[in-house]
Amino acid sequence: MFAYLIRRLVYVLPVAIGVSIICFLLVHIAPGDPLTAIMPVDATQEEQAAMRSAYGLDKPLPVQYAIWIGKAVTGDLGKSIATGRPVAQEVFSAVKNSLLLAFTASVIAFPIGLLLGFIAGYYRDTIIDRLVTACAITGVSVPNYWLGIVFVIVFSVQLGWLPSMGAGPGGSGQWAWDYAHIRHLILPSVTLAVVPIGIVARTVRALVGDIFSMDFVQALYAKGMRHGDVLRHVIRNAAPTALSVMGLQLGYLLGGSILIETVFNWPGSGFLLSNAIFQRDLPLLQGTILVLALFFVSMNLIVDVAQAAIDPRIKRS
Amino acid sequence: MSVTPLVEFENLTVRFRGERTVHAINGLNLSLQPGEMLALLGESGSGKSVTLKTLLRLLPPRRSELEGGIRVNGTDVMSLSGQALANHRGGDVSMIFQEPALALDPVYTVGEQIAETVMRHKGVSRSAAMDVALDMLTRVRIPSPERRLKNYPHEMSGGMRQRAMIALALSCRPKLLLADEPTTALDATVQIQILLLLRELQQEFGMGVIFVTHDIGVAVEVSDRIAVMYAGNLVETGSTADVIKDPRHPYTKGLLAANLHGAVKGQRLDAIPGSPPALERAPDACSFAERCSHATDRCRSALPPVVNVSGQHQVTCVLEAENV
Ligand SMILES: Nc1ncnc2c1ncn2[C@@H]1O[C@H](COP(=O)(O)OP(=O)(O)OP(=O)(O)O)[C@@H](O)[C@H]1O
Ligand code: SF4
Ligand SMILES: [Mg+2]
Repeated sequence: MFAYLIRRLVYVLPVAIGVSIICFLLVHIAPGDPLTAIMPVDATQEEQAAMRSAYGLDKPLPVQYAIWIGKAVTGDLGKSIATGRPVAQEVFSAVKNSLLLAFTASVIAFPIGLLLGFIAGYYRDTIIDRLVTACAITGVSVPNYWLGIVFVIVFSVQLGWLPSMGAGPGGSGQWAWDYAHIRHLILPSVTLAVVPIGIVARTVRALVGDIFSMDFVQALYAKGMRHGDVLRHVIRNAAPTALSVMGLQLGYLLGGSILIETVFNWPGSGFLLSNAIFQRDLPLLQGTILVLALFFVSMNLIVDVAQAAIDPRIKRS
Repeated sequence: MSVTPLVEFENLTVRFRGERTVHAINGLNLSLQPGEMLALLGESGSGKSVTLKTLLRLLPPRRSELEGGIRVNGTDVMSLSGQALANHRGGDVSMIFQEPALALDPVYTVGEQIAETVMRHKGVSRSAAMDVALDMLTRVRIPSPERRLKNYPHEMSGGMRQRAMIALALSCRPKLLLADEPTTALDATVQIQILLLLRELQQEFGMGVIFVTHDIGVAVEVSDRIAVMYAGNLVETGSTADVIKDPRHPYTKGLLAANLHGAVKGQRLDAIPGSPPALERAPDACSFAERCSHATDRCRSALPPVVNVSGQHQVTCVLEAENV
């Protein structure tokens, strides 16, 4: 198992380097000059050139990449063009807020999704199954930003129960586990949980339904196992796949939802990303994408390793 | 004989409800003495697996209708439910399946799967159950059993898995073992080893065994008695020697002619021209009439009689009734 872990870690290295190159290039290939957003419209050629060299934009791409990545590994992602603050600091605080949202949404979504999926799979092809499946498909298909807007209209505007904007009195920097802050978390995390509930429920339903129709389940009954024992076997068979689906969903959630964070003005990484895009803030954009991409890579790694740890069918040697 | 039979089927009828009704078993009468090894022969769809499953009440309860009597060792299997049924399954009667790769849970070790069965039926501790598992793996002659105990099914070969399955099935010392084509999925050389092992363990433990096979050669090799099924009923039963030397039913004769004389061993029972009837209705005539060269109006107008050829040799055919 330990050797497997090491090997997986070694594999991750080239992936991470590739990801960083793509992040870097994507931003450079995108049309538009990042300087136009921050320079006064009447800036002279000389002023533009000065700015360009100040941000290192006049150097050849490979050199720019080398400089950027060299600093990045020491935790220096440059300074935001728009705000002048260190990118690392901006990304760090945004990612923290997104994590908060993602974990809360997961804590809501996974138990519900697992339970619904298990029930539907257990009662496959009955009315219960159809009901759950219909709900799951609705959850996955309804655009969640639209749902977010509906929630805002109902719970914030009309009922006035919950706030619709921001992360609470502390602003984007300070989070605290008190009611003043938690009430800000409720609507966005519930909205964000809807899609993963649907996806987890549908996957687990298919999984559990298939496992129940496998021969070994009948063989378990044939050797006199009780219902509870059979359920234990089924759950243990379903666990690796269910886990990997949840891991990937968590990965998506951690990336921060641009739309949801924008609807609720939640100061997370999605929100930051959309700001960076609209303001053509090159260092901020690169840094944010890099951090999010590496997040995905690590998430995949964790899921794979966890799956290998609990599924004996996966060869670890 | 005054001994209680180990198994008694009395007029067993099984129907499956669904889009189409399937009359899978139609008035089957059969008994098995303790310590006897019976081979159940017949074409695909003749109801062999269904017959075995009724003994464990494994058919889907909502979609199947059972009538008639099933007794194992005097116990009325039809009336079992809940705890008593769970104790019956795997305790008094256990089953080994055609495809051990599918019948074993892929994410539990072989040792765990045997041990949980023992714990379930004998109420012993986990470590005592593991000892039983080890002993069983040794008895089915799996090499280095201590190590194999910790293997997952996918880490074993097909023959090894079937040995493990046998170890599991016998771990609670059942009085009756059901084996549904236990060797079909295996290589020819492994098949024979497994069959001989089964025969040996059957004699050692004094169990009754019913095993389903498509292979007459196999039936001859290991069974005491043969029962031939066709379209959900028995057409002929008798001691292995009687049935092989003196087959009476046209279907049995066809099977033997197609499979014994100069035929390759291991061939499946499909060499008789024509195909079995659809099982949509309960039969009111001889089910074999359409494929039988001796068929007369009498065969097509009523169910054929069950005729005693000699002590244990019975044939369900009009021809025999005429001979008597
Ligand atoms: N669960 C079920 N639901 C509906 N029909 C069934 C079910 N199980 C078996 N049958 C039907 O009952 C009949 C007998 O099936 P069975 O499995 O006993 O045949 P078999 O003799 O074991 O054949 P094979 O040699 O192919 O294993 C078949 O027509 C089959 O389609
Ligand atoms: S009863 Fe008639 S049709 Fe059926 S097997 Fe005998 S001779 Fe053939
Ligand atoms: Mg069968």
